[in-house]
Amino acid sequence: MPKIKLPTQSPHIDMTPMVDLFSVVLIFLMLTTTMRQPEPATVDTPFSISETPTPDFNTMTFLLSADGKVYMNFDNGPDTLLKYRPKILDEMGKRYEIEFTDEERRAFEKYKSAMGVPITRMKEFLTTNDNNLRNSIQENGIPIDSADNQLAMWILCARQVNPNIQASIKGDSNTEFSVVEKVLDILQDKNVNRFNLVTSLEAAKINLEEIQQ
Amino acid sequence: MAEIIVEEKGEGGKKKAKKHPPHIDMTPMVDLMCLLIVFFMLTTAFSKAKIMEIILPEKVKDPTQQEAPKIVASRTLNILLGPDDRLFWYPGAVKEEDFNNLPPLMETDFSADGIRKLLLERNRTLARTITEFRDEVISGRINISQDSLQSSISQLKKDDDTGPIVLIKAYKEADYGNFVDILDEMNICGIARYTFMKIAWYEEKMVETAIGTPALASSSN
Repeated sequence: MPKIKLPTQSPHIDMTPMVDLFSVVLIFLMLTTTMRQPEPATVDTPFSISETPTPDFNTMTFLLSADGKVYMNFDNGPDTLLKYRPKILDEMGKRYEIEFTDEERRAFEKYKSAMGVPITRMKEFLTTNDNNLRNSIQENGIPIDSADNQLAMWILCARQVNPNIQASIKGDSNTEFSVVEKVLDILQDKNVNRFNLVTSLEAAKINLEEIQQ
Repeated sequence: MAEIIVEEKGEGGKKKAKKHPPHIDMTPMVDLMCLLIVFFMLTTAFSKAKIMEIILPEKVKDPTQQEAPKIVASRTLNILLGPDDRLFWYPGAVKEEDFNNLPPLMETDFSADGIRKLLLERNRTLARTITEFRDEVISGRINISQDSLQSSISQLKKDDDTGPIVLIKAYKEADYGNFVDILDEMNICGIARYTFMKIAWYEEKMVETAIGTPALASSSN
């Protein structure tokens, strides 16, 4: 009798298999993940039936926010092996007579999301770590008016550095069309006639009966 | 080596006291991993954004050098994107000289019964050919690869000479979502020939007239 012990404590659960499982899931997620980039402006893309995925490299993305500001990004984030981003920045610097240091170049290379920085304040933007200052520099987007068309210059430099670059346009569904038209116009001036419009997937179906009506 | 064994043996006596390996409590580790997994799941962009390709005709730098391409007025369909998601259309062409006597615009909408029906009615032959072709590929009667399916469809589109030629024009107050919607509609209906154009001043006037007087003409055509 005295040998029988009543299990007063709750049974101990062996957590090791659970840890194993979680490790596998965690490693899978870490390897497959592409972090969602924080964009300078929230953009709700319109829907379409197109199923082509966005390319990862050789792209320049124009982000058009709902209030009509233009932001730009190259290769969607960290650079590919060919290091186009610092070269594009150098090319831009040459045209506006701004000398960028290695550190600034590296900061530009590593900056992950789209930016809408006037070139005159680019140095300030790249050296600071203060997000509020960054936001205040970006509050007007890239200038696109004909007097100081920096967007056209960016396109020119990007195409010079990487001739295979493709233009993607990521606009909010509420962006005024006049802004989009202006950007398309600038692109066409620089002989870019092929655009990728970034959209979200939606299903639409038509069937034969509908056609035969 | 020998020394080590000896050493182990020496300690063996002491170790006997704790026969079972110490039990490590894994619960905090599980907690941590849970947190990390939740974090990664939330930050992961699983569904990548899609793109829709559009190719615009090259910009005419010198209008005197180049003649506008001639298109048949009977096959032309003009779609005008209006403000507040409104959509107007008129068939054929309007001459600039007729600005005093502009034809009224017809109004339709982005629904399946609106613009899609209108386009499908005009594009019936081609849309049917494409859908039938696709059905045959899906059911396995025609055995071709995905790539050649795309090129066969674009060949079908190229050979077509009955479908409408759609000219899309945007009134200044239209928004980008409408533009994508209408291009999407072109893809859905399999329109072979469409392009985006700058709106002409007399067409702007037509839209303004149509907005001023809520359209009586419906798209029942």
